[in-house]
Amino acid sequence: MTTVEKPAYSVIGTRPVRPDGVEKVTGKAQYGADIRLSGMIFGRVLRSPHAHARILSIDTSAAEAHPGILAVLTYRDLPAAEDKMEELGESNINVKEASDNVLASDKVLYRGHAIAAVAAASPHVAEEALAKIKVEYEILPAVLDVRDAMREDAPLLNERRFTKSMGGVMSEKPSNIAAHNQFKGGDIDAAFADADVVIEREFTTSMVHQGYIEPQVSTASWNADGTLTIWTSTQGAFAVRGLVAEILRHPVSSIRVVPMEIGGGFGGKLPIYLDPVAALLSKKSGRPVKVSMSRTDVFEATGPTSGTHIRLKMAAKGDRITGVQAVLSYEAGAYPGSAVGAGAMCMLAPYNVENFQLDTYDVVVNRPKTAAYRAPGAPAAAFATESVVDEIARQLKIDPLEFRRKNASRQDTRNVMGVAFPRIGNEETLDAAINSPHYRAPIEGPNRGRGVASGFWFNGGMQSSVVAAVNTDGTINLVEGSTDIGGTRASLAMQLAETLGVAYETIRPVVVDTDSIGHNDVTGGSRTTFASGMAVFEAGMDIRRQMITRAAKLWSCTEDEVVYEDGGLRCLKDSTKELTFKELAAQSARTGGPIVGKASLIARGAGGAFATHIVDVEVDPDTGKVTILRYTAVQDVGTAIHPAYVEGQIQGGVVQGIGWALNEEYFYDESGRMVNSSFLDYRMPTALDVPNIDTIIVEVPNPGHPYGVRGVGEVPIVPPLAAIANAVADATGHRFTALPMSPRKVLEALDGLE
Amino acid sequence: MPRTQVQTRLNGVDVDFLCEPRQSLLEVLRDELGLTGAKEGCNNGNCGACSVIVNGRVVNSCCVLGVEVAGARVETIEGLAHGDKLHPLQQAFLDEAALQCGICTPGFIMASRALLEREPEPDEHRVRYWLAGNLCRCTGYDKIVKAVLGAAAELRDAPKQEVK
Amino acid sequence: MEAFEYLAPATVAEVYSHLGNGKTTLMLAGGTDVIVQLREGRKRCDQLIDLKHIPELVAHGFAGDGTLIIGAAAPLAELYEDTEVQRRLPGLVDAASLIGGIQIQSRASLGGNLCNASPAADSSPALIALEARLVIGSRDGTREIPVEEFFLGPGRNALRPNEILLQVKIPPQPAHSGAAYLRFIPRNEMDIAVASSGVRLRLNAAGDRIEGARVAIGAVAATALVVDVSALAGRAPDAEAFALAGAAAASAATPIDDMRGGVAQRKHLASVLTVRALNIALHRAMEAR
Repeated sequence: MTTVEKPAYSVIGTRPVRPDGVEKVTGKAQYGADIRLSGMIFGRVLRSPHAHARILSIDTSAAEAHPGILAVLTYRDLPAAEDKMEELGESNINVKEASDNVLASDKVLYRGHAIAAVAAASPHVAEEALAKIKVEYEILPAVLDVRDAMREDAPLLNERRFTKSMGGVMSEKPSNIAAHNQFKGGDIDAAFADADVVIEREFTTSMVHQGYIEPQVSTASWNADGTLTIWTSTQGAFAVRGLVAEILRHPVSSIRVVPMEIGGGFGGKLPIYLDPVAALLSKKSGRPVKVSMSRTDVFEATGPTSGTHIRLKMAAKGDRITGVQAVLSYEAGAYPGSAVGAGAMCMLAPYNVENFQLDTYDVVVNRPKTAAYRAPGAPAAAFATESVVDEIARQLKIDPLEFRRKNASRQDTRNVMGVAFPRIGNEETLDAAINSPHYRAPIEGPNRGRGVASGFWFNGGMQSSVVAAVNTDGTINLVEGSTDIGGTRASLAMQLAETLGVAYETIRPVVVDTDSIGHNDVTGGSRTTFASGMAVFEAGMDIRRQMITRAAKLWSCTEDEVVYEDGGLRCLKDSTKELTFKELAAQSARTGGPIVGKASLIARGAGGAFATHIVDVEVDPDTGKVTILRYTAVQDVGTAIHPAYVEGQIQGGVVQGIGWALNEEYFYDESGRMVNSSFLDYRMPTALDVPNIDTIIVEVPNPGHPYGVRGVGEVPIVPPLAAIANAVADATGHRFTALPMSPRKVLEALDGLE
Repeated sequence: MPRTQVQTRLNGVDVDFLCEPRQSLLEVLRDELGLTGAKEGCNNGNCGACSVIVNGRVVNSCCVLGVEVAGARVETIEGLAHGDKLHPLQQAFLDEAALQCGICTPGFIMASRALLEREPEPDEHRVRYWLAGNLCRCTGYDKIVKAVLGAAAELRDAPKQEVK
Repeated sequence: MEAFEYLAPATVAEVYSHLGNGKTTLMLAGGTDVIVQLREGRKRCDQLIDLKHIPELVAHGFAGDGTLIIGAAAPLAELYEDTEVQRRLPGLVDAASLIGGIQIQSRASLGGNLCNASPAADSSPALIALEARLVIGSRDGTREIPVEEFFLGPGRNALRPNEILLQVKIPPQPAHSGAAYLRFIPRNEMDIAVASSGVRLRLNAAGDRIEGARVAIGAVAATALVVDVSALAGRAPDAEAFALAGAAAASAATPIDDMRGGVAQRKHLASVLTVRALNIALHRAMEAR
C-alpha cells in the first residue's frame, strides 16, 4: 500500500525473474565450494578443543611428514600484526586481533579457535594429517556468561585489555569489559519520580548463529610473482582484499578477490576466517588451495551474535512513555566489538521519549568473536523494550498498538543521539498494522494469544561504484561490485532500467571482482539497493547526459533543445527529430565512441525503516510447545523496487526471528564446548514449523534517494522476539524474559516444574 | 587403498567413476564427476542441501557412499531440465521468487520432484511435511511452498515426464 | 574419514565369512547413522559390509500366519508406504515415519535404528508395544529374542561378536487391539525425541474393558523401558485408567538432564505422551471392530 503520492513507475514495482535465477535452479551457479582449478588441493584447519588456554608449543613435524601433505601452517607463517585499527566492512577492525583469530598465536580464546592448517590432494588425507599435529596447552579457567565475565574476579581473556569509557577514559584495572558507553537525555530521575506506572525487568538472550546454509570456503592461488587470486564466499570482496593485504602484509594491488555466489550471509560473512589461510597454503605448496569449514567449525569458529543481558526500567504517565533507563551488556566473544551500541541506538527509535539513560557494556567472553546478524544488536534490545512497552500498555489498559501510536516517533523527533529523524514511516506502519485483516480478526480458543511489537533499523549508505556500458544493440552491461545476497542484481538493474526508460530485460547486471570495478563497501547494513542503487541512478543519468550530447550533435541543435524521456530523445524545436535509446546506441561509433556511464559515491541520506509485527500463537500447556498460528509483518520499505524480493526479505527475517525466539541457542557445557554444534540440535525452523508469513508493504518514500528506497533486509528480524514473547504472555499469563522460549522452559514455567 | 570403479546410471546416462569407499556420493558428484549442484551444508543428514534421487527416492547424498550407487539410477538437479526447457518446478521457483541465495534450491527442487512424482495433489501441510528435511534460511519457506503447489498444478495438466 | 574396505556380499553366509578374522567390522544398512559416525570419528572400522544386496535383508512381507517379517536393512519408506502395513500396524507406521525426514527414511532401516541402540530411538518403544521379536544370526545358526532384551545401554546392543541382526518379526496383533507411538520434539520434525511412548491397548469384544496393555517409554532412561501397566487390566478404557498409566510411566522414567531436555520435563512428558498415545490406540482399537 502506498501512503504518499507515488510516481507511476514503469519497471520499479514489477516482479521480473532474477538474472541469476536460471543458473541457480539448474545447479550451474558457482558458489565458493564449486570452484575447480587446475592442480587444486584441499586445506583443513586444526582447532582448539579448549575454551581458554595458553599455547605452549605446536609440533607439526609428524603432519609435515604425513604422505601427501603439501603444506603446513601455523601463526608463525603470518607476519606479526600491528595492534592497529583498519576501516573495513561496516566497522573498524583491529588487525592484530583479526590475525590472531585467523591463526592463534599465544592463546586460544574459544573452543574452535584456529591453530594450524594443512593442505593435501584429498581432504581426507588433510584430515589424517591434522590428527598428527601435537599441541601443548596450559588450560586456563574459561568464562562463558556475560555477567560472570563482568565480575571483578572473572578470569581475564587479555591481561592488557582495559575498559574504555566515554571520552577515551581507561579503567585502572584490566577487565573483560572492553567498553562502556552511555546515551543520555532529559531527566530520568524526574520522570521516574513523577510516573503513574514504572516497570522494571531483566532480560537475557542466548548466543545464536546466522545459520547460513553454506559454510565458509575460500580458494586461493598464489603465483610465483606474488599475484594472489582469492575466490571466496563473502559479503564484501573489497573488505576481503583489504584485510588479507593487512594480515599478510601484501600489496593490495597484487590481490584480486573474486566474490562467488554466496549461500547466505546475514552479516556473518563480513569477517574473514579462511582467506589468509588459503593464501598462505597456496604460497607454500605452489598449488591452488581450497579451504572449507565443516558445519561444526561454522558454529564454533565463525561469528554468531551476542548473548545479552538487559535491565530495563520504563516510566509512563497518562498514556505517554516518559522515561527509559536501561543497562545493556552484550557478549562480544573472544575480542571486543559487539553491536551493543547499535542496539541502544535503535531500541527507542519507535518512540518519542525525552528522558532516557542507556548504558552499554561490550564484554569479552570465551566464545567465538561475534559478528553481525541482521540488524546487529537491535533484536535483543527490542526484545526488552517491546516487552516492557507491552506490559505498560496492559497496565494502562490501552491497546498495545494504539499505545505505540500515541507515543510514535515521526519526522523531527530526536533519537537517542540527539539527531532528528528525517521523513520516516513509523506512524504509517502502525496504522497499517492496526487496520490489518490480521489485527481485526479476533483470536479465539484456549491457550491462544496475540502479541505485537515494533522495531527499527538505520540502514547504511557507504561507498559504491558502478559502470554501465551501452552495447550497440541497445542492451546494457551493468557492472557492479556489491555481492548479491538477496536479489540486488535485479533491483539495481530495475533502477537503471527505470532511469533510462528501457526494458528491464535489456540490462545485464554482473557482480565482478576487485580488479574490475571501483571500490564497493560490503553488502550489509541493508545498503545495496539504496547506495548501489543511487550509484546506478547516477550512472544512468550520466548515460542520459552523454546521449543528449550526441543527439544534439546529430541534430545540429544545442543540448538545451534535446530532451531525454520515455527511453528516447527528441528535439524540442523539431518534432520530427527523435531517436529511441536503441537507435542512438546503434550509432555510438559514429557519434563519439562507446557510451559508458559510471558513478562512484558515498551514499548519504539513508532512510531508516520501521516495522510492526503481529503474531498469534497457541501454547500446549502439557508440553510447553509454542505453535505460530498466524504472522503478519508490516514494514515501511520506502519504495518496493521488486515487491517479491521485498516480501522474501521480510519473510526470511521473520522466520529467523521465530527460531531465535523459540528454539535456537548455543548450549555450552562447563568446559566451554558448544554441545549442540550441528543442525540436529541447533534447531532452526523447518518448513513444518512455520505458517505462511503475510507481509504488508508500506511505502513512505525516502526523500534521500531518487526512487525513495529504504533498506529492507534487516528490520524484519527486530520485532519477532518480543512479538512472540508478548503473544505467549497473552496466551498463558506468563511473561518470559529469557530466550529462547523453548518447550522445556515454557513447561517448567507453566507447570512449576524444577 | 586403491580406488574402486563404480558404474552407475546418472541422469539417464551410463557413467563410471573411481572413488575410495570413504567418499560420499556427495563428494563423488562434486569432486569426481564435476556436478556441483548438490551442496554440502552440514554433512550429517540434517539440512537436505545435498538431496539427490537414487532409485526413485530422495536421499541425502552426504549419507550415501559413492560405492553404494553401483548399478543404481541417480538423478541430480543437472538432469532435470530438458535442454533449455526448464522443469515446471524450476520455472515455478523462478516465477514465485522462491529462491534468494539459492544454495538450498537444488535440494528443495529434487525433494519436491520426488514428492510430486508420488503425490500429484499434495496440500500445503503435506508439502511442508515432506520438505521439513530441507533447511532454508533466506526465504522463510513461504514462497517455496507456493512454488511447489503451483508446479504441482502445472504438472497435473502436463504430459507425464519420462523417468529414465 | 578413516579409510576402510567396502564389501557388498550377496548372501548372509558370505557376510559370516568376513567375520571373525580380526578386522573391526561395521554393518551398513541405510548408513544414515554409520556414515556420519565414521565421518565424525565416533566409530571406526577396517571393513564396512553393505547388507543391501542380500534380498531377505531388504525385503519385508507378511507371512501366512500374519507375522510381518522385516529385513534388517529394509528402508523405512518402503515399510510405511505399504498399504497392508498401514492397515494392520499403524503403530509401526507412526514410528517409522518419524525417524528423521523424508531423505533419511528413504535409506534408514528399523534394523539400523535398533542396532544403533540410542536411548531415544523411535523404533524401540513402538516395537516393544507390538511384541516384536528379533532374529539374530551367526555362522552357528539363528536365535530369536524379544525386542526389549536387545538394548543393554546407550549405544550398546545385545549382539554377540560375529552376530548380525537379520530380521524384525512383528506377530499378528491381538483382536480388538490398537497401538500407537508418540514422541515429543521441540520442532515438528527432524529432532531426536525428548521423550516418547509406544503403547498397545487390548480391549474385550464389547470394547468397554481393558484386557491388557503394553507401554514402553523412550529417551527417558539408558534404554527403552517397559512400564508395568498391569493395573489397567479389567478397568474401563477411560481417562482415569489412562492417567494411571501416565503416572506409572512418569514414575518408571529415569531421565537425564542434557541439551535435549530436563529431568522433570521428561518425566512429565512420559506421562502426557502415554496418555495421548493410549487415546489414539483406543480409537484405533474401536475402529478395528
